[in-house]
Amino acid sequence: MSNTQQLKDLTTQVRRDILRMVHKVNSGHPGGSLGCAEFFVALYKEIMDRKDSFEMDGIGEDLFFLSNGHISPVFYSVLARSGYFPVEELNTFRLIDSRLQGHPTTHEGLPGIRVASGSLGQGFSVALGAAQTKKLNKDQHLIYSLHGDGELQEGQNWEAIMYAAGNNVDNIISTIDYNGQQIDGPTDVVLPMGNLKEKFEAFGWTVVDILQGNNIEEVLKGMAVAKSKTGQGKPVCVLLHTVMGNGVDFMMHTHAWHGKAPNDEQLEIALKQNPETLGDY
Amino acid sequence: MKTYTNTGNKDTRSGFGAGLTELGKTHENVVALCADLIGSLKMDDFKANHPERFFQVGIAEANMIGLAAGMTIGGKIPFTGTFANFSTGRVYDQIRQSVAYSNKNVKICASHAGLTLGEDGATHQILEDIGLMKMLPGMTVINTCDYNQTKAATIAIADYEGPVYLRFGRPKVANFTAEDQKFEIGKAVQLTEGSDVTIIATGHLVWEALEAAKTLNEKGISAEVINIHTIKPLDDKAILKSVAKTKCVVTAEEHNYLGGLGESVARVLSTNQPAPQEFVATQDTFGESGTPELLMEKYGLNAEAIVKASEKVLKRK
Repeated sequence: MSNTQQLKDLTTQVRRDILRMVHKVNSGHPGGSLGCAEFFVALYKEIMDRKDSFEMDGIGEDLFFLSNGHISPVFYSVLARSGYFPVEELNTFRLIDSRLQGHPTTHEGLPGIRVASGSLGQGFSVALGAAQTKKLNKDQHLIYSLHGDGELQEGQNWEAIMYAAGNNVDNIISTIDYNGQQIDGPTDVVLPMGNLKEKFEAFGWTVVDILQGNNIEEVLKGMAVAKSKTGQGKPVCVLLHTVMGNGVDFMMHTHAWHGKAPNDEQLEIALKQNPETLGDY
Repeated sequence: MKTYTNTGNKDTRSGFGAGLTELGKTHENVVALCADLIGSLKMDDFKANHPERFFQVGIAEANMIGLAAGMTIGGKIPFTGTFANFSTGRVYDQIRQSVAYSNKNVKICASHAGLTLGEDGATHQILEDIGLMKMLPGMTVINTCDYNQTKAATIAIADYEGPVYLRFGRPKVANFTAEDQKFEIGKAVQLTEGSDVTIIATGHLVWEALEAAKTLNEKGISAEVINIHTIKPLDDKAILKSVAKTKCVVTAEEHNYLGGLGESVARVLSTNQPAPQEFVATQDTFGESGTPELLMEKYGLNAEAIVKASEKVLKRK
């Protein structure tokens, strides 16, 4: 178990990693990555029951699936800093011959990645399939997944959401990064999705709100509540209220940094707001 | 000329169902998923015997493909079942990202392929699926010719690690291959020996090719019939060996001539030993309603069409 300060320090370091990764190749998605830093740190450092051996057979441990694959920088940073691959490899993000593709893939054999994602809306189904296999294997561990809120505009999600409740898949906790932004603007402008909580509940899910998704203590508390709701016949959804671009003042509360890298000057300002803690890669 | 006996018409989809039933007994990691077409896919038996390993996903094919991809994580071998149209075009991106690019051990089993689905018409008759699937890196593409071969293929693909597209059909057709055959993925089956023309056929057209060979034989033309059940990886060697002897080839398939078996064979020939080729296939068209027999006649996909194509290609040697 880490103490809260250690988790906060790691989160700050992850933010630096994200910013430096996308800056180096002048591409990638910092906004959603920054907004989910606390979630990923909480998940990999505290919440998930993972094997120390980093085996990828998917047996005997909790598994995580990232559906909105474009926030790969935060995923890669936390995987590296959890020991799945060398932290120095973050230097290769989006470069040719790298295992750290723009969007995560199993194709290059990067430990920690269990399915390719990036073409949106597919992760719910895959995570549910893994959850069903856990049940068949009588493996008590849980499946975690993360999805963008805008991503829910893809119809396949709702096929999966309907399936999960209809088949009592209660060993899954699916989190929605509820930041209200997507590439073209606020989700309410691009395609209003109405009341997501009511929608999930109407589809037969248990919904847990984490109102401060960028407060690590609140994320830990909320995910513990979500975990306590598993095994009760219903799938569990977490609405993780986050701020896109969190931790960098000029990137916050806007879709502008969804898929844009900072320039040299902007990087310097952003890094000053997130001083080095565990050491840069 | 070697001849084959039809032991009685049977549908290839029932061969799939029978193969799945066998797998239920022998492979505890095999699971099956179906999108509201259990009866059409002949999956009833597996469902009845192994309810815990059978997943009815409803009319939601995209979700079915994703579920199958996820189920491989932890060691299951998922077999998905729906019509060929809904197994491919409808879910192409799901197969591309979650199955093929992710290299998941999913078996996409597709019934009612081609025109012979019949009366339902073009909305359900896909003639593009071989092309769609063979274009995906890492995807194995199989189109079996009769009941026995479909059953053998269904069992064989469970022991192969990697994504597979298995294509079969709806109507009852001649059942002529051996009941106890060993199905080897990627291995062509030479059915007759001949010296004048090579007929390379897949799926329902294999029996038609044998019928055509008989007619050609009566006309003094010696045809070598090769059954290509695996379109990818293609048995280049068998094709080249036969065409080296006959110097011309007819390909026959229940599929568009664009993107099908014929184009794969043309690639092998043009990059190794160019030879005249005629295509028995649909000509960049959709299908329509009708009985399977009349549709195959109208779209030029029967023994008669193969005979004509053979005579034509012989003149081009």
